[in-house]
This record gives sequence, structure tokens and C-alpha cells, in this order.
Amino acid sequence: MAKPKLALYWAASCGGCEIAVLDIHEKILDVAGAFDIVFWPVALDFKYADVRAMQDKSVDLCLFNGSIRNSENAEIAHLLRAKAKTLVAFGSCALEGGIPGLANMTTKDDIWKWVYKDSPSTVSNNGGTFPQTHSTMSEGAIEIPEMWETVKSLDQIIDVDYYVPGCPPQPDQIWGVIEYILSGKPLPPKGTVLGAGEKTCCDECPRERAEKKLKKFYRPFEIETDPNKCLLDQGIVCMGPATRDGCGALCTKANVPCRGCYGPPPNVIDQGAKMVSALSSIIDAHEPEEIESILDQIVDPLGTFYRFSLAHSILRRVEKL
Amino acid sequence: MAFEPKIIGFLCNWCSYTGADLAGVSRIKSAPNVRVIRTMCSGRVDPAFILKAFQLGADGVIVMGCHLGDCHYQEGNYKTIRRIPFLKRLIQGFGIDPRRLRLEWVSASEGDRFAHVVNEMTEQIRNLGPLTLAVHGEMQQHVAHH
Repeated sequence: MAKPKLALYWAASCGGCEIAVLDIHEKILDVAGAFDIVFWPVALDFKYADVRAMQDKSVDLCLFNGSIRNSENAEIAHLLRAKAKTLVAFGSCALEGGIPGLANMTTKDDIWKWVYKDSPSTVSNNGGTFPQTHSTMSEGAIEIPEMWETVKSLDQIIDVDYYVPGCPPQPDQIWGVIEYILSGKPLPPKGTVLGAGEKTCCDECPRERAEKKLKKFYRPFEIETDPNKCLLDQGIVCMGPATRDGCGALCTKANVPCRGCYGPPPNVIDQGAKMVSALSSIIDAHEPEEIESILDQIVDPLGTFYRFSLAHSILRRVEKL
Repeated sequence: MAFEPKIIGFLCNWCSYTGADLAGVSRIKSAPNVRVIRTMCSGRVDPAFILKAFQLGADGVIVMGCHLGDCHYQEGNYKTIRRIPFLKRLIQGFGIDPRRLRLEWVSASEGDRFAHVVNEMTEQIRNLGPLTLAVHGEMQQHVAHH
């Protein structure tokens, strides 16, 4: 029997998900042994034309990482959806926009103005030259993809079968998912989050928790924290209560607050709303003025709470003001 | 057609919902713009409910609960008193005028106050105009698609 076919793709992403796949170490040889890898731009020299030439639904499994940021990302997402029987949104960007989704806090115009005109590293662009989707020169014409105003998650543009969260997904979890699929066991219901838990990051965190009553929040550089006590108890804004478990609490074990990359836990749709709820419950103040002065200490709530999930949050983007 | 604000009101079962009821049985006139959703406590109003209301086209959201000290669950409204100002900051970050979200305490005996607050909020939203968000268009596409 022919080996099942596997495709991997990166859309708007940093390449960390690809590294995470390789971080399963020598088990990558098992993957290569069990699957016929038919498309993997970062590692193998297949072209889009090769994918277009495949029959629909001929690819058994597609692991798709990266958010949808431009017309090329979207085109390949639609193409792979047509070719793949099972398509997995792999990593935070594909699931919920990820770090690129923070671009939804501003506009395409402002991003371009900064990158191609105002940033200190732009030495001279006095003519105001900006990338064009179509340009003609003596050698011929070129087309480049069109950047979108709003970054999207994969499931906002195509039908997604499963989700594997994380920035990046942890290698042991990736192997667990691959092993499960290879085992031939019946697949879980469509829409299931694979390679993660059903609780919150706090559930995996080894730090001791006490009853929380907070009058002061600190930014990490402002305080030397006790390595054994809950970071939130110490006034550090930690995303643990609004984040799905599955990473093994890597960050808090390294004395860094959870940044929320595993996305919202089950039954939560919006990490920012959940953090507002969680922090409001532990702020120790009843007077409006005192409440406001404590809230002042929480710097950049939007960028902190939605660091990975802005594009997939309830409101999805900041309105142009 | 003149703009009629759509306002979602989350009213606690024990005080404000009863207060709204009293306004009704007392035949006190008030603006019909608030669509009331009864919750067991203002502290039960998950911030996600409020964001969802804006996502689905509300021009304003008003949360009403028992006066401080009167909460049927002792301290539910003390959570609300911290949550709403926090959420105002968050929606402002999203580019929504924080005046579109309001918290008021209305007891079971304050039918007149309920009517007053509803009228005031309706006027405020009328002055601010309709809320348009990029997500509204996307949600419509989504509905049309499915």
C-alpha cells in the first residue's frame, strides 16, 4: 500500500513551527518513513505547480502554519484545502492570527508608512516608493501578492479540521499528534484541539498559589520575583488563567509570565475578556478612583492579553480612528 | 430613516430587573431602545458577553446591578465595579468610545431611576451615532456563507 501523503506549509509565520517539527529530532525519520512528504517549502523543493497538479483530496494530511496576511497566503490555503483530506491549523498564527495578528492594532497604510518611509532605518525614500502588486520594468513585468488590511486566522477563510496550538507547538505534543494519526485509530470529532490539554496553563504550573488580593501590578523588570510563588500573586500579569494548558508551563518554570500562546482554554472564546474577568476578581479595591489607579499599572492590556489571539478575538481588529 | 440606537441591557435578576418591572407596572415611560437580558447577577456578565454584543451590532451596552452592599451574592457587584472600568479601557483600545458601555446601580424599588438611566443612555448613544466595526461586515459574510 502506498504511504499516506503529507504536506506542510507556512503562510505568514516566522519559521518557528517548522523548527518545532524538526525538534522531534530523530523521530523525523519515522515521519519521513511513514509518510510520503509531497510539499514542504521550507525543507523540500516542491513548487506550487506541483501542488496544483495533484488530484483533489489526494493529500492525506496537511499541517498548515502561519496566519493569512496576503493574497498568496489565502491562495495557497484554498489550494491545500482542496488537495488535503485532513487539514490542521498548526500553531498560534494559523489558529488565531498569532504575532502577525498584532498588525490588526494598526492599519496597512500606517505599517507601510512606517516601514518604507518613517522608520529610522529607512535612509531615503523621498520619492515615496511603495511596493506595488504589479510593476513593469525593462526586463518585464512582475506580480507580487497583495498585503491585506486585516490579518486573519486560517479558519476565517477556509474550513479547518483540527487545531494544534502553540507558539510553537511543543515537539512532544507534535509527535503525539503524528503518532495518533499514524496509529490508524478513528480521528476525533472535527474541530478538536489536538496536542494540548483541556484546562489552563495554571493547572500545569508548579508554582504555589495563595488567595489573590492585589493592589499593585509590576512589569517583570520592576520586581525580583519569588521563583516558587505564583507570578500573578506577586503582581505580574501572567496569562495563565486565560490560556490552554499543554506546553508544560515552560515560561513560568523559567520565571517568565505566561504569554498566552496556547490560546484560550475550552469554552473561552476571547482571551482578553477572560483576563479582564480574572484580573478584576483579584484587584483589592472598591473605590472607583483606587480601581482606576490600579488599572493604570496594567500597561498595554490589548497587546498583552491578545498577544497571539487578536485576529481571532471577538472584535478581531482595532478600528481605524 | 433616523438612527435608533440598539442598546443591550444586562440586568441583574434581584434588583435591576425588578426595578425595570416596577417601571413598567408603574406606567413610567422610557425609551424603548434597551433590549433587556436578565442575568442572575451583574457579576455574571462575562466581559465576552459585552464584546459579543458589540460584535453583533449593539451601539451601546448597559449593565445594571444592585447597589454596593446589596448584592444577593454578597460581592458579585464588587467584581462588576472593577470589571466595567477595565473593559472600558479594553474597548477604547479597540477604537470603541468607552461611553458606549455604562454601569448603573438600580434597586428593585427604583423604577423611576431605571427609566431615567435608560433615557439618558439612549440619548448618549443617539449623540454618539451608530457604531460601525470592521467585524460587522465579516460576521454578515459569515452568516451568508453558512
